[in-house]
Amino acid sequence: MLSELSGWAITAVAALGVLSVAAGVAVFVVDSMARATFALLASFLAVAGILLALDLVYLAVVTALMMTIEMAIMAVFMIMFMMNPAGLMPMTMVHNAKGSAVTGAGAFVVLTVGIWTIDWPTRDTSRPADSTRQLGEAIMGSHMLVMLVIGIGLFTTILAGTVLATSRGRYDRFGAGLTAKRPDDPVPGGLRR
Amino acid sequence: MPERTLAEVWGLVPAVLGIVAIGLVLGLVVTAVDRVVVVGASGAAVEPIRSSARLLVEQRRTTLAPDRLLWRIGCVAVPTLALLSLAVVPVGGRTLWSTSADLVWFNAMEALLWAAVWLVGWGPNAIHALTGGYRFLAQGLAYELPLMFALITAGLAAGSLRTTDVVAAQQGLWFVVTMPVAFVVFVASAAAFAFWGPFAAPAAPDIAGGVTSELSGVDRLLVEAGRAVFLGASAAMAAALFLGGDSGPWLPGPLWHLLKTLAVVAALVWVGRRMPMLRPDRTVEVGWMVLVPLTLLQALIVAVLVLNGFYA
Repeated sequence: MLSELSGWAITAVAALGVLSVAAGVAVFVVDSMARATFALLASFLAVAGILLALDLVYLAVVTALMMTIEMAIMAVFMIMFMMNPAGLMPMTMVHNAKGSAVTGAGAFVVLTVGIWTIDWPTRDTSRPADSTRQLGEAIMGSHMLVMLVIGIGLFTTILAGTVLATSRGRYDRFGAGLTAKRPDDPVPGGLRR
Repeated sequence: MPERTLAEVWGLVPAVLGIVAIGLVLGLVVTAVDRVVVVGASGAAVEPIRSSARLLVEQRRTTLAPDRLLWRIGCVAVPTLALLSLAVVPVGGRTLWSTSADLVWFNAMEALLWAAVWLVGWGPNAIHALTGGYRFLAQGLAYELPLMFALITAGLAAGSLRTTDVVAAQQGLWFVVTMPVAFVVFVASAAAFAFWGPFAAPAAPDIAGGVTSELSGVDRLLVEAGRAVFLGASAAMAAALFLGGDSGPWLPGPLWHLLKTLAVVAALVWVGRRMPMLRPDRTVEVGWMVLVPLTLLQALIVAVLVLNGFYA
């Protein structure tokens, strides 16, 4: 696998790998919510850069896209859930230091042992001309069930998060008998209902 | 199949410089057209250059305890991302770089722009700027999905996410004929992402200029130029994805693309400046409740047409 890559690609993968780990460490070093969020985004963007160096353009671009949206939505959730709404005051991302150190070390050991001991399959066919098309066919074909399960799981989580974040339900909006013609919302919105 | 890119034809450095120049000219055109529509024709082309020069020499003012690092990153990122989104817009039939996921690249640059604008609001540690940043976050969230569906609809009909393939697929019929909703939503979402016209609430006067309230000197120039370049790049992209790009009789191809881009810019500014600035809660609800279902329906119609071999 490595032998197929150019020297530039290997250098880029190594440098971006170091960058992504460094940015990941920065998440727990900085003292503001915004900096932690954007350090995490920098880490993900470095991973997207690695995918780009490996010539997996779609995966690279979609990683950058999704992770950016995710970080921005995290900022929205930050206002909804945190006791320090805008994250303006100094804070730390380190909680439960001992427990998380054990979990982190354990995960590292499992992943490293797995990576070096699994007998990875070697590719016996030539590289596809268009990895995007191949990926699309895999997602829409043989791996569709997995993607659907993950998609619905994510969607449910988003709905659950929103339900937990709002204290108002339909009885607050439409009255005890749900009879009100127009909902009583603190923010009126843009559409006539 | 992948054709040769601009970088391969012109060489990497000239191609990058060329795209940057085209982006700046497009931004200038947007600003000039905006000025013509708002205050009339006097000095429309000169005024943006004059105020840019003034901002370049203006001394930067700062606020109490700003997050300087993130603020600067945000200010530099806005024009950079606007120019990067231009990398996949065809110029003379070629893009600066061509991948099998051009449309997703364009979308990713928009998402990064979204994060960058929030940083511009966050950085100065000021209430109005932060309010503007959060307004933009909610607006971007609501218009991200319609924009994504509009882009994907064009890719769906062409059977490719490569911009040059999308242009090539419109030889017979411009995509705007079968996907007018996607076209309009694309242009409107571009305005929403540049927080311009009716979508300018993140930089509205009621919050003293919002995200732009604490910007001065070169920072203000970068952010304002980034907004204008992004609008121009989106107009060029709309012309390529929905109006057939450089196809047209008699005139050479690049000129046609330029004319179509100018037409989109003129229409966008003319319509946008005739609408009042809308409250963010209104625009956001319209995005979620109207535009998302509409664009999904549009994608469904196009998908059925694709299955029937309409675009083949």
